[in-house]
Amino acid sequence: MPGSLLSIDVLLIAAAAWLAIGLCGLLAPRNTAFISRLLFPLGAVVGIGMGVAALNALGGDAQTAVLVIGLPDLPFHLRLDNLSAVFALLLGFASAGISIYAAGYFRKGEGAAPGVLCLEYHLFLASMLMVLLADDAYAFMVAWETMALSSFFLVTTDHKHEEIRRAGFLYLLIAHIGAIGILLSFGVMTGGAGDYSFAAMRTQELAPFWSSAAFLLALAGFGAKAGLVPLHVWLPEAHPAAPSPVSAMMSGVMLKTAIYGLLRVSFDLLHTTIWWWGVVALVVGLITALFGVLYATVQNDMKRLLAYSSIENIGLIAVGIGLTLIFHAYRMEGLAALAMTAVLYHCLAHAGFKSLLFLCTGSVLHATRERSLGKLGGLIHHMPWVAWLALAGVIASTGLPPLSGFVSEWLLLQSFLFSPGLPHPWLNMVVPVAAALVVLVAALAGFAMVKFYGIIFLGQMREPALKDAHDAGAWEKLGLVWLALITLFLGVMPSTVILRIDAATRQLLGSGLADKLNENGWWMLAPISPERASYEPLLVLVTIAAALLMGRWLVRHLYHGRVRRSSAWDCGYHFEGPRAQDTAEGFSQPIRRIFEPMFRMERHFPAARDTKPFYSVKVEDHFWYWCYLPIARLANWISTLIVTLQGGRIAVYLMYSFITLIVLLLVARP
Amino acid sequence: MTTAIPFSAQLINLFAAVILLLAFAMLAQRRMLSLINLFALQGFCLFLATLVAAVTTGQVHLYYSAGLTLALKVLLLPWILHRLVRKLNVRGEVEALIKIPTTMLVGIVLVMIAFNVALPISELSQTITRGTLGIALAVVMLAFLMMITRQKAISQVVGFLSMENGLFLAATSATYGMPMVVELGIALDVLVGVIILGVFFFQIRDQFDSLDIRHMEKLKDN
Repeated sequence: MPGSLLSIDVLLIAAAAWLAIGLCGLLAPRNTAFISRLLFPLGAVVGIGMGVAALNALGGDAQTAVLVIGLPDLPFHLRLDNLSAVFALLLGFASAGISIYAAGYFRKGEGAAPGVLCLEYHLFLASMLMVLLADDAYAFMVAWETMALSSFFLVTTDHKHEEIRRAGFLYLLIAHIGAIGILLSFGVMTGGAGDYSFAAMRTQELAPFWSSAAFLLALAGFGAKAGLVPLHVWLPEAHPAAPSPVSAMMSGVMLKTAIYGLLRVSFDLLHTTIWWWGVVALVVGLITALFGVLYATVQNDMKRLLAYSSIENIGLIAVGIGLTLIFHAYRMEGLAALAMTAVLYHCLAHAGFKSLLFLCTGSVLHATRERSLGKLGGLIHHMPWVAWLALAGVIASTGLPPLSGFVSEWLLLQSFLFSPGLPHPWLNMVVPVAAALVVLVAALAGFAMVKFYGIIFLGQMREPALKDAHDAGAWEKLGLVWLALITLFLGVMPSTVILRIDAATRQLLGSGLADKLNENGWWMLAPISPERASYEPLLVLVTIAAALLMGRWLVRHLYHGRVRRSSAWDCGYHFEGPRAQDTAEGFSQPIRRIFEPMFRMERHFPAARDTKPFYSVKVEDHFWYWCYLPIARLANWISTLIVTLQGGRIAVYLMYSFITLIVLLLVARP
Repeated sequence: MTTAIPFSAQLINLFAAVILLLAFAMLAQRRMLSLINLFALQGFCLFLATLVAAVTTGQVHLYYSAGLTLALKVLLLPWILHRLVRKLNVRGEVEALIKIPTTMLVGIVLVMIAFNVALPISELSQTITRGTLGIALAVVMLAFLMMITRQKAISQVVGFLSMENGLFLAATSATYGMPMVVELGIALDVLVGVIILGVFFFQIRDQFDSLDIRHMEKLKDN
């Protein structure tokens, strides 16, 4: 950074620039060329600049600033430390890709005017940045609510549809329930001193009961935003409703701000750690991950599938946080650092590959106008760019080497493997079970991703209309390539990345992995010792590439030319066409059967003599029936009781005040 | 109270008693125009009571209050209401929800409550008008009762205004009136309120062909 310009100043300038770009959108709200060719790419440039500044700030001292806006005598305190920098880095680089993509995506001007979208989108970006920089509860909540509101308007871009309005309402409702939790948590952390700056909270000595209350409130509040069970219901509704760049931004980046908040509260603001907090986070995370992945496997809408997959990933992150808390509480700092690194790495990785996948669904949606998996198929022939880039996202999401998802999941499992060292008999036994479940989740995630990729891109086209599908435009390709490169980089250069983000781990836990990694050199990732476990991503990459090339060569030269094409015996089925391929429902049928009690299914089977037989299955969320509908019924019942007060007669209303007056006069006598 | 009550205080008590009597008269009155006249008369008595208090204590702002009362409650508001009644042509009988004798009985109970409630407060007060606090409270309650029992929108407005009279009397009797700013504010509120309600009357009549508030019951949402 040149001279006196601190990184935090650059970040503030970036936030201001995003706001300015957003406001520029209002100058010509209907001029799509101006907005998509100039403003969105500008936003991407700001994002990259911001990311570079955050990268520079990593490892340095915390920088503070005071912004005199808002209420009189209540300025915004801002602070850029290593934790903020990691997430700002994520925001900057992920948003750059999404913004470039959006430059191509919003060209058709669907729904709201592009200028309005541009304002909401950049306001959303700026508010997320402010959430990361906030250093007092007031600034944090203002930014947090701005983020919730701007994303609400983005979700309801297409507000003419009833179900989109409903999804938006649900999102807003749960966002506010979460905000209440966060606000109360901050309130508890001030300890009644009335000083809402984070600096004061750090020095506040709380009794264990109040610390626990603050932690649980924060877990619930941030969990609502991140999508932890049972507050996840908004995610599968809001993500399909929103335009794809918005889904990508929400899933890739916004969910991470909630993780940031949870890390900030549990490791920075609260300065004691109690071991059972970790157990709570671990259990909630496991349930979330398992639930998310199971539902992801049975979805037939591609964006809903990805939304459930996001729930799964957030669950894995929560598992990592839980593990970090447990290790930290027992002062096993090396292992805590390992788990924390896994958490941060998974945040970065997920931001990359999930944004990539959501953007790919956006391209598919634009090309085919179809979101239902059952009507897609074979798109790799018409959309090779999107298909190959989506493959990168799918591999990363499945947690296969050599891409980013593997590194973080590997780190997470590594930290699980060391849990037998815990000095607590129960945890000793329970944590390995949790590790087994994490592996199950990873396997099922693979299943869900194979379904996602296979049904959309492979095979033959299920509908004739798919022949008109066209590949993504240049801007969209650029955005996708950018995100795919991030995914590749995170997968191939883990040591380099971990050495950078280690500053955040060190800040939160007091120790990091950097020393161990430096011993081994940049090509090898061995978090504990190379004898126990190590991963050489480049070696894996080279092996895979070599195997692929070899396979291709073998197929080309040995197999080709010996193929004889002729009509095969069709087993008596002369209707064999693209519709005879495995469907989305059929693909996930084994999972539905094995995990039957986990789903709430409505199935329709054809009867024996149906002239038009059809099969349908609708999978619904248990939590909706267990938690939400009873609460809704209770609220409804109370309301009907209260509505009897509203008789509609003015005389009766006056009587209420009159009787109140007389009673008060008689009761409250001196 | 063993000490002899000074003449001015007796005079104020007299006017206050007349105001209470007028409140009962309004409660019993069936005809719209007479109701408005009674309201004007009540305002006039209030003006006289305030004037006597002003002369006795020499408080300048009480003169203003008295002037304001005269201008607003005796002249302007009754005139507006008269015009409204003529224009809307609702001179007819005022229909009450409860029979008038019953209302009067309830009113007597309310007066007893008001006096009982006001007793400890008026003992704390140092003003010469303190005896009238119970009456003021009774007027407020009777006006409230009138608003509850009447069906026509205009008589409800008169009840509202009469309640304001009672509040004014209470303020004068307990502390020689509220601060001038508050009093001006209330006067303006009342004036604006009546004008707005006047507009509403036309709207209500256009909508329902009547000023009967029973028609508005169907406005509630189900």
